[in-house]
Amino acid sequence: MKARSRVLLGLDVVTLLVMAAATYMVFIYAPVERTMGLVQKVFYFHVAAGWTGMLGFLAAVVAGIAYLATRKSSWDLVGLGAIEIGLVFALINIITGSIWARPIWNTWWTWDPRLTTATIMELVYAAYLMLRQGIEDPERRARFGAVYAIVGFISVPLTFFSIRIYRTIHPVVIGGGDPTVSGSFSMTPAMGATFGVALVAFSFLFASLLWHRIRLGQLGAQVEQLKLKLMH
Amino acid sequence: MSAFLRAMGAVVWKDLAAELRSRELISSMLVFALLVILIFNFALELDASARANVTSGVLWVTFVFAGTLGLNRSLAIEKDRGCLDGLLLAPVDRTAIYFGKAAANLVFILVVAAIVLPVYSVLYNTNLFAQPGVLLVILLGAEGYTAVGTLLATMAVQTRTRDILLPILLFPVVIPVLVAAVKATSGYLQALPLDEIRPWLNLLVTYDLVFTAAAFMVFEYVVEE
Repeated sequence: MKARSRVLLGLDVVTLLVMAAATYMVFIYAPVERTMGLVQKVFYFHVAAGWTGMLGFLAAVVAGIAYLATRKSSWDLVGLGAIEIGLVFALINIITGSIWARPIWNTWWTWDPRLTTATIMELVYAAYLMLRQGIEDPERRARFGAVYAIVGFISVPLTFFSIRIYRTIHPVVIGGGDPTVSGSFSMTPAMGATFGVALVAFSFLFASLLWHRIRLGQLGAQVEQLKLKLMH
Repeated sequence: MSAFLRAMGAVVWKDLAAELRSRELISSMLVFALLVILIFNFALELDASARANVTSGVLWVTFVFAGTLGLNRSLAIEKDRGCLDGLLLAPVDRTAIYFGKAAANLVFILVVAAIVLPVYSVLYNTNLFAQPGVLLVILLGAEGYTAVGTLLATMAVQTRTRDILLPILLFPVVIPVLVAAVKATSGYLQALPLDEIRPWLNLLVTYDLVFTAAAFMVFEYVVEE
């Protein structure tokens, strides 16, 4: 575990540096958008947080499948950690979105497909945590968690497609979309660079947090074992 | 294949026979469903103009709530009296047990729907049977709902918090099916042209297939001991 810690320390330092760079670029380097003004800067971390949330849920489903295939409890730790991190970042994504929507759409909230799906996604993974809480046997907890992570991951995109059929007002900045949608804009190269760095920074942040969370879980398991040893 | 169908049929038959004798599952679902409609009547002031728009929503919320009650009970019975262990000991494919339970649950929901629809028609002076498409949508929607519901109920009854857990697990996951079912039902009730309803029907069939296949693949992991 000691050798790994050194790599982890390196990862932490890199994460810190890229996060600082991303923050600098968002506030200083990236130009102010012409019509929306300063509030547009929410965009960089808003999308990056959503990206991290997705990474978390994707990692959880991969870990879930791997757990069911191999039955190694370390995969369960990965899955749990990924979902915990994913939940937090998806929530950051929703909250930053609300902050942006208030001046641009003149409301904190609308029942647009993306917003609705994001909320339902939060509920799915909150349910995941509640499911785990209700099970004492660690093996069964891991098994059921893996199954629910898989089912939830299948359901969320379907929810999105169902609601998508209604017209959306959420701007699609990447990959075209309707330019008349309120709050859409096209990125200048500086904005694009900032956006890219923010994405990279949040990906590093995710990797670092997940690693720490897995390590925490392993240490917790060790403490449990030592406790049991002391009692006997 | 025929052994699979026989095993599945045996599970369905067992559930239906038990229900015919006790009548506790369908009767509680039914009373609950009627209560939900009654509460909606007060909550939404279901007058003639409001009804046309909200009928499909009210119907599906009713089915979903009553369905949760039935699913929980159907699997709790198996767990409490050790029947599930007995079923698992049987030398049959475990997915046959899943499909048997899911089919029985589907039958229960459809029976409730078969009583709720005429009652609703009488209470609100409308004819829900005027468009046979509604029945098709209810069949498809209930299939998707019970496919996921049976899987998640099997998980929920094995937890400490099982009385509260099933709706929390099930509702967010089953939303795609419900959205499509509600839209298709209201399309039929408003007598829209088939071109506008068909996308929702297609989606509903797709979701049914996806959810049934997914539940079928992971069910084994939910019942192993």
